[in-house]
Amino acid sequence: MARTVSTRRRLAFTALAWTIALALFFPILWTFLTSFKSEGAAIANPPSFLFFDWTLENYHEVQERSNYFHHMWNSVVISFGSTFLGLLIAVPAAWAMAFSPTKNTKNILMWMLSTKMLPPVGVLVPIYLLFRDWALLDTLAGLVLVLTMVNLPIIVWMLYTYFKEIPGDILEAARMDGASLGQEILYVLTPMAVPGIASTCLLNVILAWNEAFWTLNLTAAKAAPLTAFIASYSSPEGLFWAKLSAASTMAIAPILILGWFSQRQLVRGLTFGAVK
Amino acid sequence: MCTIRLENVTKMFGELAVIPGIDLQINDGEFVVFVGPSGCGKSTLLRLIAGLEDISGGAILLNGEDVSSLPPAKRGLSMVFQSYALYPHMTVHGNIAFPLKMAGMDKAEIDKKVMAAAKVLNLTEYLKRKPRNLSGGQRQRVAIGRAIVREPSAFLFDEPLSNLDAALRVNMRLEITELHQQLGTTMVYVTHDQVEAMTMADKIVVLNRGNVEQVGSPMDLYRDPANLFVAGFIGSPRMNFVDGGNAARLGATTIGIRPEHIGLDREKGLWRGVIGVSEHLGSDTFLHVHVEDVGTITARTGGEWTLRHGETVFLTPDPDKVHRFDESGRSMARAITPDLGALPRHVNGAPASGAPLQ
Ligand SMILES: Nc1ncnc2c1ncn2[C@@H]1O[C@H](COP(=O)(O)OP(=O)(O)OP(=O)(O)O)[C@@H](O)[C@H]1O
Ligand SMILES: [Mg+2]
Repeated sequence: MARTVSTRRRLAFTALAWTIALALFFPILWTFLTSFKSEGAAIANPPSFLFFDWTLENYHEVQERSNYFHHMWNSVVISFGSTFLGLLIAVPAAWAMAFSPTKNTKNILMWMLSTKMLPPVGVLVPIYLLFRDWALLDTLAGLVLVLTMVNLPIIVWMLYTYFKEIPGDILEAARMDGASLGQEILYVLTPMAVPGIASTCLLNVILAWNEAFWTLNLTAAKAAPLTAFIASYSSPEGLFWAKLSAASTMAIAPILILGWFSQRQLVRGLTFGAVK
Repeated sequence: MCTIRLENVTKMFGELAVIPGIDLQINDGEFVVFVGPSGCGKSTLLRLIAGLEDISGGAILLNGEDVSSLPPAKRGLSMVFQSYALYPHMTVHGNIAFPLKMAGMDKAEIDKKVMAAAKVLNLTEYLKRKPRNLSGGQRQRVAIGRAIVREPSAFLFDEPLSNLDAALRVNMRLEITELHQQLGTTMVYVTHDQVEAMTMADKIVVLNRGNVEQVGSPMDLYRDPANLFVAGFIGSPRMNFVDGGNAARLGATTIGIRPEHIGLDREKGLWRGVIGVSEHLGSDTFLHVHVEDVGTITARTGGEWTLRHGETVFLTPDPDKVHRFDESGRSMARAITPDLGALPRHVNGAPASGAPLQ
């Protein structure tokens, strides 16, 4: 139902919303602009906003010094790989928890979430040692594994809430209508769960893409994804603002584009059930 | 053709015995209604028959064959859910066609059957719509369509009308009864609405806390309720119960009188009371009368009744229709006409035996 809001109030809220949005967006815009400046212009004081000599030199140099596509490929592998592996485990798990809960289901869910309350650095040493002994350090397989584990609680929780939204009656109706378990899943459950699964995937890809703690600590060069690539530009040799900006822009571009194209899906998934 | 037989069926949810043990016979072509208060286990019993819930003990027989361990799909029954449980991502056509598709029928035949069902249920013009774009009554019809297309051996209904408004409910009630007459298929229907039970059933099963209180035709239950529970549950408005001295004089712990079996008079009668609330329905008037030593009695009279709140009225139960119950609540023989003369009689203005004032 439309509520009537006075024009002044609406103006005030609109202005406030834009201010907050711009404040949040400004660092990204600034990074983007800086990436086209020369190193000199990047640290100039006062800084110039748009009127500087636009150059692609930073991008060129960054690609020259460290192979961007190598890192991007690593990022793609670990974010999609860990999402895929995570779904493989989480879909059946969330399924079982949503559709045939036991008295411990809630406890297991809480326990899974509680693993996210521990700062990751708390388990860095044991994991590092395990990785060393199993020769997983600086391998894509190792990163996929650790990111799957790290994000699993979130995937299970999200899927669990989506599955919970699907009325059990409908699945029972399918059973009465003669559907086997496979047909019930294929024709009834999956179509109803697709928006939820899709947005879970997307969120997880983004989380894995941006995950920095484990990717920085468990890789050297071979398996280093884009997060490590950015970090290598804030090195002790001194800060190269323009090159760091170029690296950052290149690192966030793919995920930004993916997010842009799927935002409708994401929003629909995130509000699934809330609006019906 | 389908007879359903429950033999000492029990259902436990953990420690809780929701169905402590039920024996029941449902004959071919019968319209059987399970009725009882909320939480008494009606849905559970229906779901046990459907196979959606496993029984904890006993046996369920369809046509004499034990199906207790068969999954729902193998039992050949159709179910209509209270929530309709339509598939939201499929059109009306897709919903009705679904059971046939699962049965592996070929497309041309499916279309033919769906069209036929849609025609019977007045859904032809909605076949391309999704369920969310239908009204409650239309959704209900789709759910029924989905149940009838595959020609099940019996239908199971779980409170299919409780989400509809009153007028639509009456309509759908008629439609379902008509459907039963047309198809002649066994139907098991769950409701907590005793009016639905009375109007639709061939046979009513009154449930209370997972136990069968009584099984019988609507009129059997109305005329000869086996106990206080059934007496109170069947009939609207509810039967009046009177205990204490008035019941004891008739040799019972409690006596029950239906509102429609009470004579009203302004001048004289068995009990004198003061009118509390009177409800005018047009065709009927329900008077709630406070009677000293007896309690509040509901009486039903045909047509309009001009008595108002606070006025005095005399009530006389029809002696042939007084139900007597013993201390355990079971019905006692009603063969002997109770001697109402044993009860103190009132006339206007004065208690018993005094000379009439008017
Ligand atoms: N899955 C379950 N686990 C535990 N208890 C249950 C379960 N399903 C039902 N019950 C309990 O069994 C009892 C009977 O439930 P049921 O749904 O059969 O009642 P009902 O007669 O259909 O009631 P209503 O008219 O409200 O639908 C209730 O006390 C309910 O709490
Ligand atoms: Mg129920």
